[in-house]
Amino acid sequence: MGMTMSQKILASHAGLERVRAGQLIMADLDLVLGNDITAPVAINEFSKFGKETVFDKEKIALVPDHFTPNKDIKAAEQAKTMRTFARHHEITNYFEVGQMGIEHALLPEQGLVGAGDLVIGADSHTCTYGALGAFSTGVGSTDMAAGMASGKAWFKVPSAIRFNLTGKLSRFVSGKDLILHIIGMIGVDGALYQSMEFTGPGVATLTIDDRFTVANMAIEAGAKNGIFPVDEVAKAYLDEHYKKVPRIFEADDDAEWEKTYEIDLSEIKSTVSFPHLPSNTRTIDAVGEIRIDQVVIGSCTNGRIDDLRQAAEILKGRKVAPHVRALIFPATQKIWKQAMGEGLFDIFVDAGCAVSTPTCGPCLGGHMGILAEGERAVSTTNRNFVGRMGHPKSEVYLASPSVAAASAVAGYIADPKRIMEA
Amino acid sequence: MQVQGNVFRYGDNVDTDVIIPARYLNTADHKELAAHCMEDLDSTFVTKVQKGDIIVADRNFGCGSSREHAPIAIKESGVSCVIARSFARIFYRNAINIGLPILECAEAVEHIKAGDIVEVDFDSGTITNVTSGKRFESEPFPAFMQQLIVSGGLAAFMAKEAR
Repeated sequence: MGMTMSQKILASHAGLERVRAGQLIMADLDLVLGNDITAPVAINEFSKFGKETVFDKEKIALVPDHFTPNKDIKAAEQAKTMRTFARHHEITNYFEVGQMGIEHALLPEQGLVGAGDLVIGADSHTCTYGALGAFSTGVGSTDMAAGMASGKAWFKVPSAIRFNLTGKLSRFVSGKDLILHIIGMIGVDGALYQSMEFTGPGVATLTIDDRFTVANMAIEAGAKNGIFPVDEVAKAYLDEHYKKVPRIFEADDDAEWEKTYEIDLSEIKSTVSFPHLPSNTRTIDAVGEIRIDQVVIGSCTNGRIDDLRQAAEILKGRKVAPHVRALIFPATQKIWKQAMGEGLFDIFVDAGCAVSTPTCGPCLGGHMGILAEGERAVSTTNRNFVGRMGHPKSEVYLASPSVAAASAVAGYIADPKRIMEA
Repeated sequence: MQVQGNVFRYGDNVDTDVIIPARYLNTADHKELAAHCMEDLDSTFVTKVQKGDIIVADRNFGCGSSREHAPIAIKESGVSCVIARSFARIFYRNAINIGLPILECAEAVEHIKAGDIVEVDFDSGTITNVTSGKRFESEPFPAFMQQLIVSGGLAAFMAKEAR
């Protein structure tokens, strides 16, 4: 029996010729990531190990992105804890406000993650790097601390679900709609403890930003990781960004799949997740009239340049509805500058949107766009749990940048096609 | 090693955002986190929970964010054990790493109600619903896991081992 792509990466990092699902392995890590919320807890745990130094100061990335620019005094103290640790241990990949971006957009852009890498991060959306053919997964702070100390982590080798993609996405439909559709189909624990591997001729039609979005939300189906084959699209991105030589792994023809789903991309419609689970999906034609108060476009899920371009296409020459606050968060400084250079900010500001510096802020109800009781937001972020963006009685509807932008204009959840035809 | 307590009973997909909302993540202080444990799901939890109490839930407990603050808040609130049909994988790892006992046992979950008194024997894996008299078998906790719990988590356990 052959191995999946994920299993091959794990085997290579454990010094093993082959692994099988369920096997416990100890593996070498290429990168260990933390942020201003999870790293302070990890730093406290790290101090208990009694180790003077980290395993490799170049293989740790610390990104203050959640409650930064510091939202209050306590958040400032946490950011300071991480900064002090980074300076003390001379961590190469510490990104201060001004250089930082949302970690899962920043690390690929900085060339710190790429094909064949094994990455753990104390953030659940670490699975994003599967878009580039890496095995990457979220862990907690204690695992991060152990990773910083030893450069190793233990894993239970996952089995896998295959999503075989054919066809091509329609206009105004993106990677976000694909992953919301999948989560709606298999549920928030549909891939629990498993890998989600994407294969088939449809992969080539997805942009790299589509793939980042899809891999990013693998965790919302409970998966350990989500991963794409390394094709010409991925290679072009890696050539431009990745600092190392990509190690390309492919699933064996006789790899064992727990299940295979066949998905025709041309059949995917714009999809919205209703409160309070990402799996609570409806296609745009079945949404009904839902009046909204806020739109958020950004995050590690949808804050990349393609996402901003899609939003701008809809917002160009239009106005945000008077009762809606539309907030735009380019995910990194580079994306921010690129968006500015392309004139997207003129479009956003003329439409009545506010454009922010990169931060995770509103996605997790941290700052920069908190909802009051009874308010509703359409958001390109990844979770719509109770209280996720603010008051426990507020509501978040997850959608693509196109749907979010169309909704901002309409003032209720809207189909981008209808707005563009109006 | 045995624990006994009153049961708080919850459903499917209890996510880490309701276990400890992100608005309180500007601190890593265990007591401050515990003061807001389960706040967005069960606002009376912190006023009712007693040392030794047990959380029983359905599928996918602890889904969502990787925040270790979630099992820390539960443990610091006095909860001695969480029993569920299944756990989200990051939460599962985190709970063990910080020394919060967790058990997967669908049969027990089926037959335990809010307010029942439940006893868990980690050596044998036996879960007893003292209120109804029913007993259920789950996987016993290996010795290292029990030592890890007694030590207060993986980091403390490893430091102790190293000495």
